[in-house]
Amino acid sequence: MADETRVQIEERYEIHPQFLFRWEPSQEAYVLLYPEGIVKLNQTAGEILRRCTGRMSVSDLIADLKAMFPEADADMDRSVRAFLEAANAKGWVRSKA
Amino acid sequence: MPKDGSEVRLDGQGNPLWLLLELTYRCPLKCAWCNNPLDFDHYRNELTTEEWMRVMREGRELGALQLGLSGGEPMMRRDVETLVAEASRLGYYTNLITSGIGLDSDRLQALKDTGLNQIQLSIQSCDEALNDELVGTRAFEVKLDVARRIKAHGFPMVLNVPVCRQNIDQAPKILAMAEELSVDYLEFANLQYYNWAMLNREELLPSRAQLQRAEVDVRAARQRLGKRMTIYFVVPDYYDGRPKACMNGWGSIHFTIAPDGTALPCQEARVIKGLAFPSVRNASLEWIWKDSPTFNLFRGEAWMKEPCRTCSDRTRDFGGCRCQAFMLTGDASNPDPACSLSPHHYVVREAVAEANAPGRWPRPLVRRQAGAITTAFAGE
Ligand SMILES: C[S@@+](CC[C@H](N)C(=O)[O-])C[C@H]1O[C@@H](n2cnc3c(N)ncnc32)[C@H](O)[C@@H]1O
Ligand code: SF4
Ligand code: SF4
Repeated sequence: MADETRVQIEERYEIHPQFLFRWEPSQEAYVLLYPEGIVKLNQTAGEILRRCTGRMSVSDLIADLKAMFPEADADMDRSVRAFLEAANAKGWVRSKA
Repeated sequence: MPKDGSEVRLDGQGNPLWLLLELTYRCPLKCAWCNNPLDFDHYRNELTTEEWMRVMREGRELGALQLGLSGGEPMMRRDVETLVAEASRLGYYTNLITSGIGLDSDRLQALKDTGLNQIQLSIQSCDEALNDELVGTRAFEVKLDVARRIKAHGFPMVLNVPVCRQNIDQAPKILAMAEELSVDYLEFANLQYYNWAMLNREELLPSRAQLQRAEVDVRAARQRLGKRMTIYFVVPDYYDGRPKACMNGWGSIHFTIAPDGTALPCQEARVIKGLAFPSVRNASLEWIWKDSPTFNLFRGEAWMKEPCRTCSDRTRDFGGCRCQAFMLTGDASNPDPACSLSPHHYVVREAVAEANAPGRWPRPLVRRQAGAITTAFAGE
């Protein structure tokens, strides 16, 4: 586990251009496709990555998710940032300057 | 690397995820480890553009996500761009697997425009003389130039280096070359000993000491490069004592179509004699995948023999490779003899010992070339 998440709430994340991210009907899930690989994402991961368009700040992304899942736990801020940190380490997303 | 549980286990839920099209067996290079059939020059009736289009459509309907265009040299076909355009329309992640020969700037641009997602380029050495000796013709300069243009066009690039005794000691220099070329993925590909590679196995098999040295170099490079470059390197099954989880199991997620339309659970499956492989020329991909006897033959566990049948690793490696089991033991349902628990493991140990025997008479490499050998008396 990353010790301290370095994701800042004002940052805007986008899918790394080496990855293809899209909804796959046959899997009923979002998938990430890349050379020699396929990742099928769970619902939350898919919903977070769907918002990584480079246009939305992390704080807006969290607010948006809270609106979509009003009954989600209060720890949403921390878990979204932890997920983005992990996705960043895997090279799936990158911060737009 | 942080773990987060965001990934869900992906299997095809009974459907194929990877569709590999071997568009042609034609190729201007002559690699002595080529995994194309020994009688590659006997395959004359390649599928037409229309037929490949139908294959891609049906594959997508079955749920395939990744598409590989390979061969032979796929660029020998003039319709690669047309096929890529259709693949993009269908929603595949499309991979071109190429030696680089024939990939001129116009075609590269056309492939970019039609939506090709990534290119896997093979290179055999960081040294022109060795590279060209290994592929039997002048190719190194072209490959380097192609590598640079692939990056200039913004494609993610896998550099595939087939690993053999002759090039493995160059690992540090190959790593440096890949770094200089801004390669995204460097794949040290262990040779799979079928077809031409099997013919030349004694000359190609690296030694354990060579592999151990390369492993140290790779570990250092991974430390240094972090996520800038992903490096694939694994100990080959001949030295590992454990078989590879070949194809994730027979008929599990991989679907290969040979140039003549023969449908295969893996590229090498025709080394297993006596099996009737269906053709896309007279059957749908759906029937072939779901119902054909050959694709069902080694699914599940009922076909397994001891020790696989009761081994706790059987869900991890599926008893190894059916083709290797057939080739080295004469029965495709035996455990893969690369496994140290296999009663036939001695054949692999002997092959390793012979290839490493001191004072061994070095034989010339037989290059992949029409007419170099005849299979007429080999029970083909
Ligand atoms: C058969 S080739 C076809 C594409 C193209 N002609 C090329 O060589 O790049 C596909 C890939 O398999 C690799 N390859 C060929 N023979 C092999 C073998 N016996 N074992 C493992 N990889 C092999 C090549 O290096 C290449 O990356
Ligand atoms: S491995 Fe070599 S000989 Fe075989 S198809 Fe590729 S480039 Fe041609
Ligand atoms: S005995 Fe069979 S299942 Fe067990 S490790 Fe060996 S090949 Fe795999």
